[in-house]
Amino acid sequence: MAQYIIRRILIAIPVILGVTILNFFIINLAPGNPVDMYVNPSATPQQIAMEKHALGLDQPIIIQYFHWLGQLIQGNLGFSYSTREPVTSLITSHIGPTMLLMGISLIIGYLIAIPLGIISARKQNSWVDYLTTGFSFFGVSVPHFFLGLGVIYLFATKVLLFPTGGMNTLGGSGSFSDLFVHLILPVAVLSTGIAGNMIRYVRSSMLDVLGKDYLRTAKAKGLRQFIITNKHALRNALIPIITVIGIDIPMLIGGAIVTEQVFQWPGLGLLTIQSISSRDYSTLMGINLIAAIAVLLANLLTDIFYAVADPRIRYE
Amino acid sequence: MAMKLNPNRNVPEAADLTSKEAVLEELGREESYLHMVTRRFLKHKMAFFGLIVFAIFVLVALLAPVLAPYDPNKIFGDFDASPSSAHLLGTDQVGRDVLSRLIFGSQVSLTVGVGAVAIYVAIGIVLGLLAGYFGKWVDMIIMRITDVFMSFPYFMVILVLVSIVGPSLSNITTVIGLLGWPAIARLVRGSVLSIKEMDYVKAGVALGYSTPKIIFQHILPNALAPILVNATFGVASAIIMEASLSFLGMGVRPPAASWGNMLTEAESITVLSSQPWLWFPPGLMILLAVLSINFMGDGLRDAIESQQAK
Repeated sequence: MAQYIIRRILIAIPVILGVTILNFFIINLAPGNPVDMYVNPSATPQQIAMEKHALGLDQPIIIQYFHWLGQLIQGNLGFSYSTREPVTSLITSHIGPTMLLMGISLIIGYLIAIPLGIISARKQNSWVDYLTTGFSFFGVSVPHFFLGLGVIYLFATKVLLFPTGGMNTLGGSGSFSDLFVHLILPVAVLSTGIAGNMIRYVRSSMLDVLGKDYLRTAKAKGLRQFIITNKHALRNALIPIITVIGIDIPMLIGGAIVTEQVFQWPGLGLLTIQSISSRDYSTLMGINLIAAIAVLLANLLTDIFYAVADPRIRYE
Repeated sequence: MAMKLNPNRNVPEAADLTSKEAVLEELGREESYLHMVTRRFLKHKMAFFGLIVFAIFVLVALLAPVLAPYDPNKIFGDFDASPSSAHLLGTDQVGRDVLSRLIFGSQVSLTVGVGAVAIYVAIGIVLGLLAGYFGKWVDMIIMRITDVFMSFPYFMVILVLVSIVGPSLSNITTVIGLLGWPAIARLVRGSVLSIKEMDYVKAGVALGYSTPKIIFQHILPNALAPILVNATFGVASAIIMEASLSFLGMGVRPPAASWGNMLTEAESITVLSSQPWLWFPPGLMILLAVLSINFMGDGLRDAIESQQAK
């Protein structure tokens, strides 16, 4: 096992390097000198020139890349073009709301998808199956912003059940119940997409397992259907689904950007949109890098979990 | 359609499948692969429904200048007008006819959807074929590059790149096309690895055929089925991608009409709550277009998979 994990991490290292190279390349596409990003913008031109020279920023592009990488490893993502704040602190102040929103949406999405996927597979071609499949297609096909605007229209302007956006009521107490009320609509939008996607995988994985010989054996020896479905079949059906979680993360980030914009949720997605409109490329690159590393970590973790759950993987 | 593919067969076109198969067996003739997939696809109710809806969308896009009651960019005196006999879906905040813009918007969605997917399928096929056929270090390098592209959060990178190169129809098509290939490359590589071991490929090598001939004439045609399924779903997600980018102001920009940018106005609560004709129809169009394509993709996958299972 340890050997597998080490091998998997070693494979991830060149990929991380590739991610930084691609990121650096994109920075260089952006207008303005990318090296300005990590020089404190409040310095005088002479100081900047000196600092650049000291950091070797008047060097060829390849050397510049390594300097940039060196700064990156020390946690210096540069300074925001527009607010002049360090990008690192901008990101840390916005990452909390995004993690909260994405985390809750993931959990709720899976809590909806797993039981529905199982029922749908158990009762294949029944009305429950058709309804579930229909919901799943809807979740995958509806754009987040349209669903978001739709639920705001219905539940925040026609029936005044929930606020139209934000994370807390302005000037409010900032209580937990206030946060909870603000979470419901954006979570509903994101988890619809997550559940729609996940149902397909759970259903097909479950259908696959239900046809296996060992389940016929379980039935033949007189086990109750409930135990067969929820213990013998489910365990085996969920294993391949672990990897889907890793695939979900990049998709979720895209959905979160749009959803945060629609609901004015003060997370990394909203910061992204603001940075785009103010052409704040240094902040954008920082967010991009953090998101890429999050995706890599998620893939690494799901691969390791997969290997723990299914030992056959390790020997392939 | 089915008849055309196999003209010298006098089997009735009736839906009775079992008898059809029985007749085929009696004749001792193998049904062609393409014909079998087509038949299974058309039998799939949702896929057939999707095909019809999608065909309507294509027709609307092609005939937009004929179908639209007005020029989509023409500004009328009364802006924000509610639906009336002159403007069936009302006018927008600038005073343009919403229905005409809706009809022309289908062109944008289809262009980005088909264009971007065509670009990345081409890139993915070439890289996947190279990696799978040559193996060793070629495979190693291409697959690591694929990993890098796959670990970037797709939408985020597209957003950043579009903001750098400038939002326009051709730019978003190109950017989505340049970033979408990793899944296809992996798929093609996997198919090539298994097809490479087939006898007919080995026979080609033994006969001294050139490598490009073996790759493109013997291997590629046999790897096409999963690519087609993936590309179909890809068109659907490219359409959502374009709509989302345009909604955020980073895609097709006004005055050009796109279903996505027609919803941007609804970010104002007054438009959202009191003028639903401005944002509901374009949103519904995106949903319908994407649903119809996803239905087709699903039917296609079922048709191909059940064929392979046999």
